[in-house]
Amino acid sequence: MCGIAGIIYRDGSRDIGREMTSMLQSMKHRGPDSTGYALFGPPSTNVVMRYKLADANDERDFEFAERLERNRAEVESRMQQLGATVREVEEETDYAFRATLDYAGDLKQLADYVEDVPNCEVLSLGHSLEIIKDLGDAETVCKQYELDGFTGTHAIGHVRMATESDVDISGAHPYWAYPFADVAVVHNGQLTNYFQWRRRLERSGHRFQSECDSEVIAVYLAEKMSEGMDLEEAMHKSLEELDGVFTYMCVTEDALGVAKDEMAAKPLVLYESDDLVAVASEEIAIRAIIDHEIDTYDPYEGEVLVWKR
Amino acid sequence: MEAVGERKITYDARGLVEPDDTVPNVSEVDGTTAVFDAAEMTTRQINLELKNLLYERGVTDVTVKNPGAKHSLGVGILMRCKITFEGSLGYFACGVIDGPEVHITGRVGWSACENMMSGVVVVEGNAGSLTGAALRGGDLVVKGRVGARSGIDQKGGTIITLGSAGSMTGFMMQRGRQIICGDAGPGLGDSMYDGTIYVGGKVKALGIDCVPGEWTDADTEFIERKFRIYDLGAPPEFQKFVCGKKLYNYDNLEPSERKLVL
Repeated sequence: MCGIAGIIYRDGSRDIGREMTSMLQSMKHRGPDSTGYALFGPPSTNVVMRYKLADANDERDFEFAERLERNRAEVESRMQQLGATVREVEEETDYAFRATLDYAGDLKQLADYVEDVPNCEVLSLGHSLEIIKDLGDAETVCKQYELDGFTGTHAIGHVRMATESDVDISGAHPYWAYPFADVAVVHNGQLTNYFQWRRRLERSGHRFQSECDSEVIAVYLAEKMSEGMDLEEAMHKSLEELDGVFTYMCVTEDALGVAKDEMAAKPLVLYESDDLVAVASEEIAIRAIIDHEIDTYDPYEGEVLVWKR
Repeated sequence: MEAVGERKITYDARGLVEPDDTVPNVSEVDGTTAVFDAAEMTTRQINLELKNLLYERGVTDVTVKNPGAKHSLGVGILMRCKITFEGSLGYFACGVIDGPEVHITGRVGWSACENMMSGVVVVEGNAGSLTGAALRGGDLVVKGRVGARSGIDQKGGTIITLGSAGSMTGFMMQRGRQIICGDAGPGLGDSMYDGTIYVGGKVKALGIDCVPGEWTDADTEFIERKFRIYDLGAPPEFQKFVCGKKLYNYDNLEPSERKLVL
């Protein structure tokens, strides 16, 4: 089933960490397996990399801690080898990290080299995007990663009921559009031409970290945008080229977009006011952050809507 | 040893179980009318309170304040009564009801009035997809727009939409009528068996085996009567769509008639 939510403020930053948590927690019944966030903080000249070196439910064998320590040192050493200055590495959990880097080089090269370390997966990379995802409901993940007080302009989030792949962090949304900075996607639905697109994109040099069909959308959009389309054009194109039933949301540095398949098979409720736009699978999620009566509607089939902050 | 089926759930593995609750008894009752605020109540508490008022305490007119778009509210009410929801409802609002006259001042989510048998539901705002799915009888009036597949598998009753309708409206409908004052999305009346769909605006595309129907005086009378009852003003000009009966071969007789023939 899965639940998705998105919010974008037109007039500056808010506590989007808390607001997204409230939205996602109210949709816990749509997916209690894992929760994920893509939050956009204030743009920075530094590069922020979120990565993990193990999964939350990996077996903790005798050498687990030692291996983690070794891999962690190797990741930092590889960052430096590529000319990045590591400003700070924050340990969010014993397996998930947030690194702030001074780096002006090629992001794909950085991601590839770091991910070459055993069990390492780059969750997000960019100047303002941060993807946080883990097992459990929104309140659990919010507490674990201390997301209360995360200020920013826009965010998307996802609660997952796993149908297509395992319950683990690799299978959790949002997906970062490897290797493009500051693009992420959440998705509710199924893609039926997933393998076709995955092979096509793999042939043009992209890597996929999961077996989850949603990852294809992120990479697909980023690829189209790198070919010169803007977000809205890329999303329109995706309605022609991706088959299946879906509602997805895509965020970039300065925009939030939603798209619905031509059968309108998956829900989406939209609320728009002067200062914000909120979208979610259920109205109850929008009401979780707005304290007055609101008027909402469901966009129709084949609709693509994009808002800029 | 416990018999099968008697074992109680002792833990909430997925956080989805709402524990058994008692009737909150928070309403202000005045004769046969009652009002309560649902802001801090769970779905189960709201439905328990509603049923207690209607079935046990002889109340016939209930107002529910601040329903907050919660799901599955006002379901399974099988008696004549009046219910007003001051606000919006979530998914599965007023499902499987038989008799009530419901007024919703906000909007409803997906699958409102699913399998309604009789009664009247008036929604002031918009409605989500699958509105009036498998409707058997009664009138469902949506003053805003409806999502996709409204009246899917409709088997009776009337759905009136003042706004536009999404794709596959009246998909596989078998009987009953839909009146759409605005535009209709693609696939209108796809695979319908019977019934009538009236559209006031443009139709993006007709579904398989849905064809324009011949207008009769009965159609005019029907639409004018419904507009008069719900005070909807002067009806616009409608096109009529019915089943082309090319896709299915089926027996025109009712089961009871068939028995007679056999």
